[in-house]
Amino acid sequence: MASTDISLHKDVHHDHEAHDDHDHHDQHFIFKYIFSQDHKVIAKQFLITGIIWAFIGGALSSIFRIQLGWPQATLEWLEPILGKWVEGGKLNPEFYLGLVTMHGTIMVFFVLTAGLSGTFSNFLIPLQIGARDMASGFLNMLSYWFFFLSSIVMFLSLFLETGPASAGWTIYPPLSALPQAIPGSGAGMTMWIVAMALFIVSSLLGSINYITTVINLRTPGMSMTKLPLTIWAFFLTAILGVLSFPVLFSCVLLLIFDRSFGTSFYLSEIYVAGEALANVGGSPILFQHLFWFLGHPEVYIVILPGFGIVSEIIATNARKPIFGYRAMIGSMLGISLLSFIVWAHHMFVSGMNPFLGSVFMFLTLIIAVPSAVKVFNWIATLWRGNIVFTVPMLFSIGFVSLFISGGLTGIILGNSALDIQVHNTYFVVAHFHLVMGSSAFFGMFAGVYHWFPKMFGRMMDEKLGYVHFWLTFIGVYMVFMPMHYVGIAGFPRRYYSWTSFDLFQSFANINMYISLAAIIAWLAQFIFAFNFIYSIFRGRRASANPWRSNTLEWTTPVLPGHGNWPGPIPVVYRWPYDYSKPGAEEDFIPQHIPYSQTQSSNLPHDKD
Amino acid sequence: MVGAIVQKQTSSGVHPLKFALWLIIISIIMMFAAFTSAYIVRKEEGNWLEFDLPNNLVINTGLLVLSSVFMQLAYFAAKKDNLNQLKIYLVLTLALGTAFLIGQWEAWGDLVNRKVFFGGSDANPSGSFLYVLTGVHGFHLITGLIFILIVLISGFRFKVHSKNLLRIELCTIYWHFLGGLWVYLYLFLTLNH
Repeated sequence: MASTDISLHKDVHHDHEAHDDHDHHDQHFIFKYIFSQDHKVIAKQFLITGIIWAFIGGALSSIFRIQLGWPQATLEWLEPILGKWVEGGKLNPEFYLGLVTMHGTIMVFFVLTAGLSGTFSNFLIPLQIGARDMASGFLNMLSYWFFFLSSIVMFLSLFLETGPASAGWTIYPPLSALPQAIPGSGAGMTMWIVAMALFIVSSLLGSINYITTVINLRTPGMSMTKLPLTIWAFFLTAILGVLSFPVLFSCVLLLIFDRSFGTSFYLSEIYVAGEALANVGGSPILFQHLFWFLGHPEVYIVILPGFGIVSEIIATNARKPIFGYRAMIGSMLGISLLSFIVWAHHMFVSGMNPFLGSVFMFLTLIIAVPSAVKVFNWIATLWRGNIVFTVPMLFSIGFVSLFISGGLTGIILGNSALDIQVHNTYFVVAHFHLVMGSSAFFGMFAGVYHWFPKMFGRMMDEKLGYVHFWLTFIGVYMVFMPMHYVGIAGFPRRYYSWTSFDLFQSFANINMYISLAAIIAWLAQFIFAFNFIYSIFRGRRASANPWRSNTLEWTTPVLPGHGNWPGPIPVVYRWPYDYSKPGAEEDFIPQHIPYSQTQSSNLPHDKD
Repeated sequence: MVGAIVQKQTSSGVHPLKFALWLIIISIIMMFAAFTSAYIVRKEEGNWLEFDLPNNLVINTGLLVLSSVFMQLAYFAAKKDNLNQLKIYLVLTLALGTAFLIGQWEAWGDLVNRKVFFGGSDANPSGSFLYVLTGVHGFHLITGLIFILIVLISGFRFKVHSKNLLRIELCTIYWHFLGGLWVYLYLFLTLNH
């Protein structure tokens, strides 16, 4: 691999450091698989850690769904797992809040941010733009290990005697700031904050690397308008991360000072247990502003990679060029921009000035426009395509379906007047689980099934994949559709039990139904886990380009080595969506094929 | 760097590390944007303790601006392969940066003497914010000082010269940014007091 040994220091060839940059063929196991600087290995590390977290997050939700579905049941059989959190056959109400908090935190940050972006940005950016590796392999490695440390801290906090953080994933003060308010705001909250600080460092290192790589290391010919939409999506996701995570850091830093150093940024005139606290002058609304300035871009950090993955897979499997390539980029740019100026729609009922509320409502509803452009383009791409129903394709179509279903209720929630009725109810829970939770998961599944052959050189089992898809797809709708009705009826979220309200008694059955569906959908994921692990070792061997796709990663060997291409990096001549081009011999023309070789299909303006 | 792969060409013509540094600077800017906008929002809500800024902040600002000048001179010296001057200017930058930090520490002492506290029952967010802004900036300044120290050490090893400017270039950008950030914070605090 002599071509990879070139020093980047253009003007320092005599520098001693240049000699240290040599590629080592016989790397020690520890450096090859554990402290690896290879983007493909780091991607797999993120993926596997993310999958483990997803099962933990799902298990937590199954436990609280059992509580919600069968509030009268005795849960002694859970005692071997939960220990003293089950008291006399009843789930501890404060632990219930801990479960909800940790479920949200784990899913939003550890699975759908690190697990999704971390996996696919790392894996696909160098492969699809034609780079040997990330701009800085070392920072990339650090990014994973900060995430790993953060995971350890967050995981350990589940086993604290006082319970994990319990103030919700949004950790609103004063609840999160005062240990006397709830046991989870003691050591659990401290560990939550430490874990999130490490997570932010990891995320920033990753994002900085992704942006630098996309800007600087594209292969010749790969202009920004020839980039696959996946790369555009990861690029914008990383920009959102760089701009919003530091704000969360500031926000949490002030919370740390309030918790441990006696400041009053968020605390004012509070009585806890009959005792007046000394804190004067703080503002809990300030926290909400700072938190949601991250929090709203964060939901796009979760969903944008899904946009990219799904666009790519739909075009490949519909055997058609993506409809409106530039409109897709434009709508992603629009969504990214808007994501920074809509945060206060999470705060309509916080006592904010109603005039401000209507401004934020207006901006929020504008998001429907680029979102609709995307949905229209996906459907138009599918329209009259030669659709190949592979498993990743099914998950991509499922993504579009869930994104529409969840997006429609966003228009209702974005109205500040309608929000007065449905805020903080299960309607909100149903909305965001469909539009960002399940959708992003579907994007992730689609990506795993689609790029598994490139990751492990083998195919995942198709039959198990279909079973997994249908159980998950039907399961998700069975969980979240009824939840809308529960929400409209006024059920508040985060409540341990509603049995004391006669009004809500009639909804016991629907809750049981939701819980049953949720647990079945969670159990269906074990099919995926089995398929994933089994296929790594025993799956059918993959060919170099199993989906007959155009992008550069399929020009590498079946299992790309360190440096990705054994020879020189391919040069790019065309956009990535030349599927079913009239006159072409095959129904796809990869990006590295020059126009001079495809005379029969060239359009008048197609010149090298 | 085991197994690190480097590519010769970049599609933007900018060194990737320099690009990454700018992104780091952007993320630091976002942090301070959050703090200063939180400051404004919180101030508008009232219950805000008014007090005079410590007098020596002006002197500190002067010290930091001067250190930026020396940093730039050090960069020019490296460009002209004037290695002795380079070391002198870097030491001066380091000294002035350290003096700035000591000055900030004394400003904190001055605040405590006037009973403007960071935390505790007598603290008001207006004081706490001042400590946070100066403290977080101070923390970043320490990272800048460490960076200068690294450049200085490599200067003594003849690794900083006209054909190996990347390191000192990055250091200069970062140090100017930290200086500029402080000037912004100082103006922000002066205008809001």
